[in-house]
Amino acid sequence: MLDKELRSMIGKVKDGRMDRRAFIKRLAAVGLTAPLANQILALGGVAMAEGASTYKPTKRGGGGALKLLWWQGPTLLNPHFATGTKDQDGSRLFYEPLACWDPDGNMKLVLASEIPSTQNGLLAADGKSVTWKLKPGVKWHDGKPFTADDVVFTWDYIRDPATAAVTVATYRDITVEKVDDLTVRLTFKKPTPFWADAFVGATGQILPKHLFAEYKGSKSREAPNNLAPVGTGPYKFLEFKPGDLIRGEINKDYHMPNRPYFDTLEMKGGGDAVSAARAVIQTGEYDFGWNIQVEDDVLLRLEKGGKGKTIYAVGGDTEFIALNFTDPNTEVDGERSSMKTKHPLFSDPAVRKAMSLLVDRDSIKKAIYGRAGRTTANFLNGPEKFVSKNTSWEFSVEKASKILDDAGWKPGADGIREKDGKKLKLLYQTAINGPRQKTQAIVKQACQKAGIDVELKSVVASVFFSSDVANPDTYAKFYADIEMFQIPMSQPDPAQHMRRYHSSNVATKENKWQGTNFPRYVNKEYDATIDAADGEMDPVKRAALYVKANDLLFQDTVFIPAQHRLKVEAASNTLRPVISGWANETDNLFDWYREE
Amino acid sequence: MSQYVLRRLMIAIPSLLGISVVLFVVLALAPGDPFSELATNPNVPPEVQAALRAKFGLDDPIHLRYLHWLNAMLHGDWGFSFVSRMDVDTLILQRLPATLYVIGSAQILALLIAIPVGVYAATKPYSLFDQIANTLAFVGFSLPTFFTGILFILIFSVTLDWLPFVYTTDIKGTGIRWVLEMIRQAIMPVAVLGLFQAASMTRFVRSAMLDVIRLDYVTTARAKGLGQARVIVKHVMRNAMIPVVTLIALQMPAVFGGAIVTEQIFRIPGIGSLLISSILSNDTPVVMAVTFVFACLVVLFNLIADVLYGWLDPRISLR
Repeated sequence: MLDKELRSMIGKVKDGRMDRRAFIKRLAAVGLTAPLANQILALGGVAMAEGASTYKPTKRGGGGALKLLWWQGPTLLNPHFATGTKDQDGSRLFYEPLACWDPDGNMKLVLASEIPSTQNGLLAADGKSVTWKLKPGVKWHDGKPFTADDVVFTWDYIRDPATAAVTVATYRDITVEKVDDLTVRLTFKKPTPFWADAFVGATGQILPKHLFAEYKGSKSREAPNNLAPVGTGPYKFLEFKPGDLIRGEINKDYHMPNRPYFDTLEMKGGGDAVSAARAVIQTGEYDFGWNIQVEDDVLLRLEKGGKGKTIYAVGGDTEFIALNFTDPNTEVDGERSSMKTKHPLFSDPAVRKAMSLLVDRDSIKKAIYGRAGRTTANFLNGPEKFVSKNTSWEFSVEKASKILDDAGWKPGADGIREKDGKKLKLLYQTAINGPRQKTQAIVKQACQKAGIDVELKSVVASVFFSSDVANPDTYAKFYADIEMFQIPMSQPDPAQHMRRYHSSNVATKENKWQGTNFPRYVNKEYDATIDAADGEMDPVKRAALYVKANDLLFQDTVFIPAQHRLKVEAASNTLRPVISGWANETDNLFDWYREE
Repeated sequence: MSQYVLRRLMIAIPSLLGISVVLFVVLALAPGDPFSELATNPNVPPEVQAALRAKFGLDDPIHLRYLHWLNAMLHGDWGFSFVSRMDVDTLILQRLPATLYVIGSAQILALLIAIPVGVYAATKPYSLFDQIANTLAFVGFSLPTFFTGILFILIFSVTLDWLPFVYTTDIKGTGIRWVLEMIRQAIMPVAVLGLFQAASMTRFVRSAMLDVIRLDYVTTARAKGLGQARVIVKHVMRNAMIPVVTLIALQMPAVFGGAIVTEQIFRIPGIGSLLISSILSNDTPVVMAVTFVFACLVVLFNLIADVLYGWLDPRISLR
């Protein structure tokens, strides 16, 4: 029904009988908002609107110094070697992609001059190719012109396995060719509904061919420009000290009018989140503090009469508790949590249902995340278009107890429920991180009331997230009954995020636990849904498929979402930063300015 | 003498080799790897991490990796950081000035306080001055630097707004303004570290002085009619300084090694903060280099202390 209605609305927008704004409003009413409403229009044959800019200054420069505080300082400045977002953030000060994402998830043009759509003929109707037109007259910081050759080279550089670029997954399966000096065409092997991955956002930063051509492949580490970027961005590189400092100055030849606003730029690294919040909000030594993961009451206290405030950006990051489908305590062929076993307790759906009733998301929000969290029943929390409206959550020890009673799990002499000699005892593991340990405590308390004994385990983050085959404590090995963490969603599309739990991706000893499906979830219907969505070019059907995939995860209680987390940053009261939950903090830096 | 020095240096080689083996094995056995952050990024397939491990030789057996490292080190090649893909020696040299400046100043401050206070307290034991100095010394070394550091920040930066608490390496301005800014931003970290060091050192100087001041030759010197100042400086101090020199010599490597906690609190880009961030990200070449240089310095300064004994007290002969 929604499908039909949407189609007629797209038709109206096309004929000019309905304006774009009204269309987006109508979609918002049914739960689909701007970012993907725009992509719907694009694929429906209406050009995607560029995100509106809030930039006010009417001349270039004159804004003085911009002082940024990253409590984990960037350690290298080649975006394609970035081991964390901090390195992408630092590189993005100087390098640029063809387009980036604004706070609403709309595409914003950077080095491209037009957003591809089927209407302007740049996007193939079969979704197998997309053509980008480049802005004319753009210059690298050293004065050389920016052309299609640079774009093609960047692809060629990254896809070479010997280069060891971390962004290789985005580029290895596509072909990029030069059409003319200011046009490139990307060809995909199969229909690609989300075509805005390569050359867009943090992973799409384009390198200058004339400086990197000699350092493609195995010599990639030796490039002097890995530490001294020459980009096209609003600020020119001056100095870099890994982990400590990046300095830049205004690019007077910048290709966007009246930009940038600031004359100099400084990004300082090191320290911790709390003192970074203090330096921005309380003493005003810095203008902007990155990733301020600090307890909300501390932030509220700092904000009282301070010189700055916290700002929030909504993305799709979900902190979840995953339930193990296999038995972590039985070893088969030298492998625990083996696919040949079934979890002794969770194979009873009643236990899974009861568990999800025992996670008090309201208390977790109130006591831990505060303004930086939202409660949710869904695993997939964005973009809006893909968020299911069919789910709900509840916290009730009584209901959980009743479900367990009905399923035959009766309290034993020690108050712990048991059935057929199996006791409801769980091992709950997560990475060491203040909010996570507090969440563990809240869940444990509720479980105890319902007669479930929970043992807590915390693992150092560098171990928990490592791929060390010899270490039993990694999240991928999952030698516990339940575990909690989050997987960041770095682009406004759920394809990669949801594909992880396809049964072909199960983590096993055979694939050295590199499979991404760590809960070892196997559901034929889920597999079929994901496979269908992968090749579905119709945006409405595709959204429906991902909603269905989310609902399957919900029904089977694969994940219990503890919180939908927002990005938290600190900014001085006069700074007007533009932060998107779908991009790096520095992705929209060209639009930052100060207002007294 | 030169023979003694040479012999000591020869003995140092096997011990440094032993230290390097222990360091390398401990680091290799430590869990995690430098690319673990990639694992949480859904855009990066696991093969990328595996390829990087292979490229940087992290999958080789430990003994091969060690021999490889040792061979490179003997040729003066310190390797490159896995995290920043930059040569380790450049990375360390970049961090050295800040550490030398801040930690060095703190050591000097500590000596400037500890020696006069300790000596004066020892000449008048159990006087009011001695009691106060003792009490302050106890308070001083009972308070950890992470506590006093934050206390200083709250008082001098947040409440009074006198001093900055983020250390910057690119101070704007030149000449006298630059010097003043450098001093201004170093006041808090130097005070925190210097006072902490001074507290324990004062106690040490005082007790070393007390041991000597009661000896008969001091009484003799006084009986000869020498003035108090001369007796204390020429006769007592020179002998009392021998254990103090050991202590100072052993603390010199720390000037290069940096102060992990204080550097972290004030965001001083020194060796200490380099070491801790490298340890946290499993950046083995950097951790190896920093700790190994530190080990070399400890060995070297031990030797210097021994040589200094001979100069301070001619009765000690070095063979």
